[in-house]
Amino acid sequence: MIRAQVIVRPRASIFDPQGDAVGRAIQHLGVSSLKQAHVGKFIELELDGDDVEAARTQLETICKDLLSNPVIEDYALTLHPIGKDA
Amino acid sequence: MRWAVLQCPGSNCDQDAFHVLKHVLGQEVEYVWHKETSLQGADGIVLPGGFSYGDYLRCGAIARFSPIMPAIKEAAAQGKTVLGICNGFQILCESGLLPGVLVRNNSLHFRCETIPVRVEQTENRFTHRYKVGQVLHLPIAHGEGHYVADEATLDSLFANKQVLFTYSDAQGGTSPGSNPNGSQRNIAGITNREGNVLGLMPHPERAAEKILGSDDGLGIFESILVHHGASVPATA
Repeated sequence: MIRAQVIVRPRASIFDPQGDAVGRAIQHLGVSSLKQAHVGKFIELELDGDDVEAARTQLETICKDLLSNPVIEDYALTLHPIGKDA
Repeated sequence: MRWAVLQCPGSNCDQDAFHVLKHVLGQEVEYVWHKETSLQGADGIVLPGGFSYGDYLRCGAIARFSPIMPAIKEAAAQGKTVLGICNGFQILCESGLLPGVLVRNNSLHFRCETIPVRVEQTENRFTHRYKVGQVLHLPIAHGEGHYVADEATLDSLFANKQVLFTYSDAQGGTSPGSNPNGSQRNIAGITNREGNVLGLMPHPERAAEKILGSDDGLGIFESILVHHGASVPATA
């Protein structure tokens, strides 16, 4: 089995209203040192098989086409093999 | 003129669009379920508003991969008329038929109200029944209508007369206060370069009968009918 984890975050050049609102709330709660907050997505996938590189090739396409929109978002994909019982 | 109105799980303006086309304008119109693969020869396709696939991931991101989408892309490539309203606009952007993308409103509020929208261009199949600078009163109802594209794309949209509608005040002036969602350059509706695919956030199908408050949106549908050589019924 392979576990893939994808983090999708708004590009720095795009105003992130959710991050802005969350950041203000954190400042309001007393963290005056907060400089920036960004809200993105965490996506976890589990795949049959143990060929990590083949899975990476497939999932890079999925990340670009479906899980993120390159106009507004960047993504980071990590994969690692997991035991059958995991 | 033959029309198809797309239905995805979560579409909720499909019946409004169907009603305007069939009962207000007397057109031939069929619903097309997202799992179908043919538009049955329709000359005009409406991608209606709603929350297709629950807006999961991003608005329009999953609808983009519907079985019907290759047929819609083919129709667009053939020069047929494609009209995406609200969620339909979002789907057209996600699918690459229109540039840019629609993101969360700057205010984070879902905006549901009737607002002034200025007509920017009239030399095209969608707005030739209006006048440049005309202010329409159209309903909006969206949480993600903030249009985003890079500066070069924005410049080319204006240079190529692809921006048909902008948010304005009631006098037709543009100010930050007249922008309901933070859209770059107050953009409310754009076409593709070829001019046969329009996406807009306001709902013209909800402003198509005077008895319901406004028929300011009817001109879009009438413009399309005239372009396709169909007769426009007297509606007033």
